[in-house]
Amino acid sequence: MTDRITGLIVVVLALAYFAGATQLQEPFFSDPLGPKAFPMMIASVAVICGLVMIMKPDQEPEWPGLTTFMHIGFAVVALVFYAYTLKPLGFLVSTAIAGTAVSYLIEARAKNAVVTGVLFSGALFLIFKFIFGLSLFALPRWLMG
Amino acid sequence: MDIFANLAIGFDVALSPFTLALAIAGCILGTMIGSLPGLGPSNGVAILIPLTFSFGLDATQALVLMTSVYYGAMYGGRISSILLNIPGDEPAMMTCLDGYPMAKAGRAGDALVLSGVASFVGALLATIGLMLLAPLLARVAYQFGPAEYFALYMLAFATLGGIGSNNQAKAALAVCIGLGIATIGVDASTGMTRFTGDNMHLFDGIDFLVAIVGLFAVSEVLVFIESHGKDSAIGVKLEKVRIPWADIARTKWTMLKATVIGFIAGLLPGAGASLGSFLAYMQEKSSVRDNSQFGKGDPRGIAAPEAGNNAAAGGALVPMLTLGVPGSGTTAVLLALLMTLNITPGPTLFNDRPEVVWGLIASLLIANVVLLVLNVPMVKMFSRVLQVSPAILLPGVTLVAFVGIYSLTGSYFDLLLMIGFGVLGYLLRKMDIPSVPVILGILLGGHMEVNLRRAMVLSDGDWTYLFSSNISVGLWIAAVLGFLAPFIFRGKLKPPTQSS
Repeated sequence: MTDRITGLIVVVLALAYFAGATQLQEPFFSDPLGPKAFPMMIASVAVICGLVMIMKPDQEPEWPGLTTFMHIGFAVVALVFYAYTLKPLGFLVSTAIAGTAVSYLIEARAKNAVVTGVLFSGALFLIFKFIFGLSLFALPRWLMG
Repeated sequence: MDIFANLAIGFDVALSPFTLALAIAGCILGTMIGSLPGLGPSNGVAILIPLTFSFGLDATQALVLMTSVYYGAMYGGRISSILLNIPGDEPAMMTCLDGYPMAKAGRAGDALVLSGVASFVGALLATIGLMLLAPLLARVAYQFGPAEYFALYMLAFATLGGIGSNNQAKAALAVCIGLGIATIGVDASTGMTRFTGDNMHLFDGIDFLVAIVGLFAVSEVLVFIESHGKDSAIGVKLEKVRIPWADIARTKWTMLKATVIGFIAGLLPGAGASLGSFLAYMQEKSSVRDNSQFGKGDPRGIAAPEAGNNAAAGGALVPMLTLGVPGSGTTAVLLALLMTLNITPGPTLFNDRPEVVWGLIASLLIANVVLLVLNVPMVKMFSRVLQVSPAILLPGVTLVAFVGIYSLTGSYFDLLLMIGFGVLGYLLRKMDIPSVPVILGILLGGHMEVNLRRAMVLSDGDWTYLFSSNISVGLWIAAVLGFLAPFIFRGKLKPPTQSS
């Protein structure tokens, strides 16, 4: 079933991509092929692949249960949070939070996770700042003055 | 002799103290990365690439460091195969078959030493093969025009989708995803933007390093979160390590045969090291008179795949350096490194930048000796690495990946993209859609389109031009065969299993 649904999504997306390609503007002086042809070729092959997946699906993959899915979701949220907070919160705080979250999701031992996150945050800061010479802000800028 | 003069240049570069130190550091790091289950050569190299830029290495130094990591990871992959029955990386899968039973029978040390020696033989001979073959192939590549290059890219994608996968439709889809991503951004021929949705961040296209780190490193973290607790492997204790001379002597022909097979498998664009170790094992098993011990700890079953996969690792560098077409996931990552350093692999590289090519080859020769030392007398040290808990290891991987990408581009948008690729990589892996073709598509898509359009300019829109030279016809035939081979041989190439 997964393959059938994915195949369907692939066909729809490939058609959308094809339609997008037809909308591209051809400049006045263009090469014989122009900017549209290659994307259209890719889209056509992708449509065929999607159709094959619908008609000849593989065995159903082993999807994880709801809890595991939620864990993976939490991990993604934690990473997105990290991406947005790296600058405003400064390196040390945001990295420690992200490291703790990932560690906790892999092995639910809160104390170890916090230690892992904090140690990584400190160690990576020292390595990146002083060995690699990156300009990282340790703490939020409003604290650093 | 040309080769010796060139090698002299190479050793001159490779023996400079800093480069030598990088090679040794790369070997140590690589062996560690390889031995950790879940971290293999491709994701190991992927997360380290951004760091080489922030470290300010020049092209040769960066390449030496990364190929040492690559070779080291190929050596290290066997350690967890043998001790835990979990392959440290995909090519080391075949080593589990006989390595773990041998370790269970109390001969873990022997298995590690034997496989280390086999890795050395395979990698060393393959590096020599690279040295002899690459300049020859570079000379042939001089005759390549746009039509030939287009056919060559088709060959790479076809073999990757054919021999290298279980389901052709899914592999072809993966290629399409990669090529489609490569069309995002400014069209090089006309200067118009395509598929950017007017998002300013996308005008330059998607940085392939962002895609690579997302697909290889971030997705690995998500997979681990799913599988945590399940990988409760019972490790085998490693006693005193000594050198099993009798086994080494008995398997010398096995190693040589496996090296040749692995090297050839590595040369095929898109096939790579997993195929090398697989074919070497199968060939060995079917050619010996008494194969009843295979799968139960036969030394030949360890020597063959290890020599095979390390030889394939060397072989895969040949098409990458001479044609710019990588033979495996890791060489694809190395190609990304070269492209970011503004080095275009291809025949001209051998004339224009001999110090890069020969410095690399000389460093690989040195790295092999270093790796033999690390992997035979000091193997016990690396077996300790296996005890690192994933709850410590994977946060480290994630954070290094983030800081690496952030240091490259300094944009939170790229970090978000990387997370997106991580999720994509996880979904692809669950559905058995290979991610290496996606990477290859992103890397080669631009070149493929440019060459196609150049060919059409030359021929004024005549498609038959694509099949007008002997070289291109040969490449097209090879591409069709490579794609269809699995249909013909289906059933004959079933992976064997361990009999305990």
